[in-house]
Amino acid sequence: MNTSASPLPDYRAQSPAVAARFAKLKERPVVLTVENLTRRFTKADGTETTAIENINFVTHRREFVCILGPSGCGKSTLIRLLAGLDTPTSGRLLLDGKEVHGPGPERGMVFQGYTLFPWKTVTQNVMFGPIMRGTDSDEARREALQWIELVGLSKFADAYPNQLSGGMKQRVAIARALANNPRILLMDEPFGALDAQTRAQMQKHLLQIWKNVDVTILFITHDLDEAIYLADRILVLKANPGRVDELIEVPVPRPRSPEQFFSAEFLATRARLDALIHPPQPASALSDAIATENLPIIRLTQSGDDVE
Amino acid sequence: MSVSPPWFAIQQPLASRRRLLLGIVSFVLPLLIWCAVSYTPFIWHPMVRVENPGGVSWFRPGLLVERAVFAAENEKALAASQPAATGKRANPVFLPEPHKVAQAFYTAFTTEPKLRGDVWLHESLWRSIQTIFWGFLISCIIGIPLGILCGAYAFWSRIGEPVIDFIRYMPAPAFGALAVAVLGINDAPKIAIIFIGTFFQQVLVVANTIRRTDPALLEAAQTLGCRGFRLVLHVIVPSKLAELYTDTRILLGWAWTYLIVAEVVGVSSGITFFINQQAKYRNFENVYAAIIMIGLLGLATDQILAFIGKRLFPWETQRPSRIRAFITRLFSSRRTPLTASPRPPLSSTATSPEARS
Ligand SMILES: Nc1ncnc2c1ncn2[C@@H]1O[C@H](COP(=O)(O)OP(=O)(O)OP(=O)(O)O)[C@@H](O)[C@H]1O
Ligand SMILES: [Mg+2]
Repeated sequence: MNTSASPLPDYRAQSPAVAARFAKLKERPVVLTVENLTRRFTKADGTETTAIENINFVTHRREFVCILGPSGCGKSTLIRLLAGLDTPTSGRLLLDGKEVHGPGPERGMVFQGYTLFPWKTVTQNVMFGPIMRGTDSDEARREALQWIELVGLSKFADAYPNQLSGGMKQRVAIARALANNPRILLMDEPFGALDAQTRAQMQKHLLQIWKNVDVTILFITHDLDEAIYLADRILVLKANPGRVDELIEVPVPRPRSPEQFFSAEFLATRARLDALIHPPQPASALSDAIATENLPIIRLTQSGDDVE
Repeated sequence: MSVSPPWFAIQQPLASRRRLLLGIVSFVLPLLIWCAVSYTPFIWHPMVRVENPGGVSWFRPGLLVERAVFAAENEKALAASQPAATGKRANPVFLPEPHKVAQAFYTAFTTEPKLRGDVWLHESLWRSIQTIFWGFLISCIIGIPLGILCGAYAFWSRIGEPVIDFIRYMPAPAFGALAVAVLGINDAPKIAIIFIGTFFQQVLVVANTIRRTDPALLEAAQTLGCRGFRLVLHVIVPSKLAELYTDTRILLGWAWTYLIVAEVVGVSSGITFFINQQAKYRNFENVYAAIIMIGLLGLATDQILAFIGKRLFPWETQRPSRIRAFITRLFSSRRTPLTASPRPPLSSTATSPEARS
């Protein structure tokens, strides 16, 4: 809408290298197909809410897709459906062309709350998937140690999760999911609970892992910069009910680095996402959204004791 | 001078020396009260122990009589111009002095049983411990798995818990006569009473603990390929193991409280028999000693179990432990007997981030 007025380039304009990359990407086989996925919840008072409605998209092998949207637009609902932890009201979910029901090791998941097994050491946590698959424990241990090395936690192989920091826990969770050689790695705001520095490190680290491991990543976030920094394509959802707003091909070339945060493509994409997520016109469209600006606030300090 | 933290601070832990000190005080305080009542005559001492019967015909040295009676008899004796009896104020026979009870701790073990068929104290104690052990063990063997099933599956919960909830309100001693009729008069009905006393509680307590399993852990395990009953074995039970251990410790306390009731069922036996027998002979210091011994045994068992527990579940305390490491090794050496799908090992290039960048 306002892209022409700004000095930024069109976010859809791709450099030849980026365009070639996308062409190559789309030639790769489709890993995940989501068809008309809808999920309705019956609330306690009997009324129905539609969390997500008619979601359609495909991801190609080794693609990095981010799902972005305002709070409550159904991102978690969507990823739980993809992981098989919830069943859709209607619609289908295909992995490598075959319909899937219920959770399975070919769809790894990393949760915001880490969900490491507290009674298992780091190694035992990572070994869990292979052991469940029937790998014998020596072999599973060897594999696990490789994954732990990949996420840079060899020193903590025998530590318990409660001895690790948040970032370390999330790295273990990633290693644990990857140890299953999943076709797709689903991540629900995995770095949401981390501080800014750790988060930046983890993003870099995740890109490294993704580059070196044959895995497709579907990453949920509500952080615009994170989405642009990580993703090949960004699936933007809008709320009430959750629907696909736009599927954006990120024009920022790879390999990515934090310096690109101020490149023209990055800023153009960011401006577009901003416009999608925070529409310019106020409240009427977002009936639930509370306009915090206008909250009635009572003055509780003495006059003259001003801080601003 | 550093300011020492306050003794009374809401929900703040005390320093370990203070904890120890208060722990000792909690035992010393009742002991002091007991000493005060026993050794200072003016606090209570409602009786008189006769030393010299004087002119009272029915007094014997060592006899305990109420002070009023003693005074009245002396008056009568004096009126009949007989010498008055002498005596010392004393407590009733059921409140022996602490040092007598302390002595009894030793003498009770060394005193030969009075009657043929009576047993030595250590034999009584051993019999009681066995009764508790078997009753509690059987309860655990059936109760814990059943509780786990009820906690994990709504099906088993709905089919098991309502009736168990109903039975648990029936006091275990009420089953005494029934147990004797079915199981005879020896140890079996006693074990049954302990079992009935703990089992039904145990199922419900375990089920409740299991039900509180973090659903996020279950979901994580499912996305890692764990499903069905293996979720129970590999996620639900281990995630609640430390709590189950604590539950079991608490339930063992319940089992002890049922001991006395259990032991009077059928032919009285064990420490209860000893206590009743000694009360009959009016050796109350032995009675006290035996009661305190039960308390000490329970306390010691609980403390030992707590001590072991701390080392068994290091993820709860953040401290590595030898016992745990040993047990882990013991179990991890077992192979998971499942159809192993051979998978090519990860190629080394794929695992080192530096290799390709
Ligand atoms: N189990 C449930 N029962 C009823 N309603 C639900 C349930 N789970 C989600 N919802 C509804 O679905 C909508 C989407 O929720 P969801 O958790 O997927 O949002 P989200 O995009 O992940 O939000 P956030 O960014 O805050 O994590 C919300 O309006 C929520 O109220
Ligand atoms: Mg969410």
